[in-house]
Amino acid sequence: MSQEFESNTPIYMQLADRINRRILRGELQPGEKLPSVRETSVQSNVNPNTVQRTYQILEQSGIAESRRGQGTFVTEDPAILQSMRERLKREEIASFVRVMKDMGYEAQEIQHGIQEFLEEENES
Amino acid sequence: MIELQGVTKRYHGKKALDAVDLTLEPGKIIGLVGENGSGKSTTLKLIAGLNHPTRGHVNVDGKKATRRIADRVAYLSELDDYYPFFTVGGMIDFHASQFPDFDTKKADEMLSFMNLERSSKVKTLSKGNRGRLKIVLTLSRNVPVLLMDEPLSGLDPMVRDSIVKSLISFIDIENQIVLITTHEIKEIEGILDDVIAIKDGHIIGHHNVEDLRFEHGKGIVEWMTEVYQ
Repeated sequence: MSQEFESNTPIYMQLADRINRRILRGELQPGEKLPSVRETSVQSNVNPNTVQRTYQILEQSGIAESRRGQGTFVTEDPAILQSMRERLKREEIASFVRVMKDMGYEAQEIQHGIQEFLEEENES
Repeated sequence: MIELQGVTKRYHGKKALDAVDLTLEPGKIIGLVGENGSGKSTTLKLIAGLNHPTRGHVNVDGKKATRRIADRVAYLSELDDYYPFFTVGGMIDFHASQFPDFDTKKADEMLSFMNLERSSKVKTLSKGNRGRLKIVLTLSRNVPVLLMDEPLSGLDPMVRDSIVKSLISFIDIENQIVLITTHEIKEIEGILDDVIAIKDGHIIGHHNVEDLRFEHGKGIVEWMTEVYQ
């Protein structure tokens, strides 16, 4: 069965995000061919028009390159991959900080909390 | 292209559709959603030429929708009616003999995709497999318009999933209009380009599903709950 999607964000953006994360985890390597639009579509139960849009935004951001007649490939450009890595980090931190501030934590408390957590995790 | 202009349909004096205007372009999968009795099935039957408007016009590719529109429109009924004496293969061949646009090769590919055997008797099929067979018979027609009335209704999650996947795999997305009525919104929302909400015979909303998420931060269910109030 296919993974669920959040209802408050366009599916093409969620799909692009999933592909970016797979690249970060190394499940998709630089230069590797992405599955075809149809394959991705069937695998995730998503309209092919939507998947097409996902591939378009991946190409616009430089993460993917389409090669004529061959399909779409993960970029091999280390600068683009590094900047995507940074961007995703900032996005995750931003959403974490928003949630914490929402609950009333101050910047210092958050910072200390993270430091403490990471140190404990290192020890165990 | 499907066009409804000022379409009203009355059954025994009661309005099932009331002055509906609607234009649908090819290249899209469109969901028609709404409560029971809101006018969904009536809309499909009018486009299929199985019913006639009391007032207004229904055209498919510029031709008036009468029974003869069946050469452009494939219609999947919500009823589970079939000829019990047929085998699956017999059913395929019968449909091929009735519709010149029927693609038997595609039908056989779909049978194996759905794990259906040509030799099985239709009356011994499970409800889920009868649901799958109906999909095979509808999608195997090379026509510009596919109408599906509640294709997922009453089927278990595995069957619903295989039907959604077969829709993605076997429709000709660039050239066909696929209009689906459903209550199973969660399962189908990922494959819809557009959604149309209908209530008491009126169209109360028509959106691109991704725009709905982008501009309003809402999925179909949340949007429907809002417009239905």
